Order: sequence, then structure tokens, then C-alpha cells
Amino acid sequence: MTGTLSIVGFGLSTIGPGIATGLIFAAYINGVARQPEARGILQPLAFLGFALAEALALFGLVLAFVL
Amino acid sequence: MLKLSAEQGGFNPPGAKDFQFPPIFGDSILFTKPVFLCLFSVILISMFFIASSRKAAVVPSRLQFAGEAVYGFVRNSIGKDVIGHDFMKYVPFLFSLFTFVLVNNIFGIIPLIQFPTMSRIGFPISITIFVFVVFHYVGMRKQGVGKYLKDIAFMPDIPKPVYIILTPIEILTYFVTRPLTLSLRLFANMFAGHLLLLVFTIGGEHLLHGDLILKIFSPFSFAFAIGLSFFELGIQCLQAYIFTLLAALYIAGALADGH
Repeated sequence: MTGTLSIVGFGLSTIGPGIATGLIFAAYINGVARQPEARGILQPLAFLGFALAEALALFGLVLAFVL
Repeated sequence: MLKLSAEQGGFNPPGAKDFQFPPIFGDSILFTKPVFLCLFSVILISMFFIASSRKAAVVPSRLQFAGEAVYGFVRNSIGKDVIGHDFMKYVPFLFSLFTFVLVNNIFGIIPLIQFPTMSRIGFPISITIFVFVVFHYVGMRKQGVGKYLKDIAFMPDIPKPVYIILTPIEILTYFVTRPLTLSLRLFANMFAGHLLLLVFTIGGEHLLHGDLILKIFSPFSFAFAIGLSFFELGIQCLQAYIFTLLAALYIAGALADGH
């Protein structure tokens, strides 16, 4: 079996953002469960945090193809 | 299974090469599939919104209702909630961004088209340059060039020694990280999504040419590709939303005093 190590690197780089995304949505669900009327304020914040965390995983993907 | 496949001519996995299209006519790179899709999306969006707003009535028709729902979503949940005071000036910009990115993304799962325009890096980069120029211009006009740049480099009301660390980070954030992440996020999501669908469809097709036991597994691969198409639809809408949301946040940040 042959392949390239950069794919393994991409796999490793997804661990951090994966945990981060989980934490962000856990906090969002917690917040909405405690105060349902705050959903409108929390939703953009949750997606913003998700987007920022996910960007790191995507840099890994891009680098896996570039290197 | 890898060994089995290798014996029958070898599996050719999809990669970056599947995103290169030959010119449709002539040999100019200006006449490839993504460029035509981009033009097609503009025509499609214009036609839809002209048709939905031409016979505007107090009691909306179904088409008018659909058009107004999209507009209302961008205006209220992106424009009003994020930019706040004096947001109407930026709604046309955000609205065009949102619809353009959304339609170009959804091309990725429309049968017969099946290519998200934004998975070619040139398209996200060009709209990101647009956003970059707009939010800096807005900030400079609101606060004056000198004060705007000074506020970016030296955030007010902060102890002096912190500037040693903060100034490089802030300058890097505003002029490098923001445009870089904005374009790369959209590009990489669309690229990865299209690649994922390619893996399952090309893999399913390859299994079909294998032995009997491989042929049995082939439909599962195709079924998975169809299931993932719907997952992709969610991602595509989410990315269009996030792109517009971040553009609005950057504009709001440039408008706010002292960031």
C-alpha cells in the first residue's frame, strides 16, 4: 500500500478543530436550553466560532494537497 | 479490496486534476465550465428576482413570497442583527453576496451541472477582494484614514507594553488573516465536498467493474453519494450564510469606534 504522509498530517490537523467545534456547539446548546429566548443572539456567535475553528481544519486540507 | 482493485487495472482516485476543465471552445482559459457557470448564476439570480418583484402586490404571489423570504432573511438576520444602526446601506451588497455564493455553491449538487463554481480558488479570491476593499473603505470613510489605521494598529485604552504583542497581531488580522481565511474557507469547503462526492461516485463505478462480490457493494456506494449530496446541500447553504455573516461582521467592526 502506498500513499502520502500529508494525508496523515491532515488527519492529525482535524483533531483540534473537531474538539473545538464540539465544545462550541455544546456551549450553544447549553445556552439555548437555559434561556431559549437568547437563541437569536447566540446563533450568529455559534456559527462564527464554528467557522473560525473549522478554518484550521481546512488549512490542513489545503496543505495536504499543496505539499 | 485494495489488492483486488489493483489487479483489475488499478483504481484511479479523484484528486485536484478533476477540477481542471478544458476550454469549451477555442483554447482560452476564459471559456471553461466554471466561468460559464458563474455567468449563468448571475443570469439566473437576476431573472428570478426580477420576476419575483415585477408584479409586487400587498398580498404576495408565491414567487414574490419566495423572493421576499430570501431578502428578508439577509436583511433581518444578517444586516439588522450584525451591523445594527444604519444597516440598510449595506443590505444590497450583502444580499448580492449571499445569493451569488449560494447559487454558485448549490450548482455542486444540481444534476447535469454538478460543479460548485467556488471550488476553483479564483472565484472566492475575487469576491473576497471585493469584501476586503469594501470594509476598509467603509471604515476609512466613517472615521478618516489616519484614525482608522491608528485604531487598527494601536487599539485605544490598553496599557502601553501590550502593544508590543498586540500591534503585529492586529495588523496581521486585518490585512492578512481575514481575507485569507474568508476565501480559503469557502474554497476548501466546496473543494472537499465535491471531492467527497467524486470519491463515492467514481468508487461505485469502479466497483461495478469488479468481481461479483464487488458488484454487490457498488449500489451502496452510489446510495451513499446521493445521501451525501443532501448533506452537501446543508454545507453549501451554511457556507453562503457564514461568508455573508463574516462580511457583515467585518463591516460592523470597521464602523464601530475604536473597534
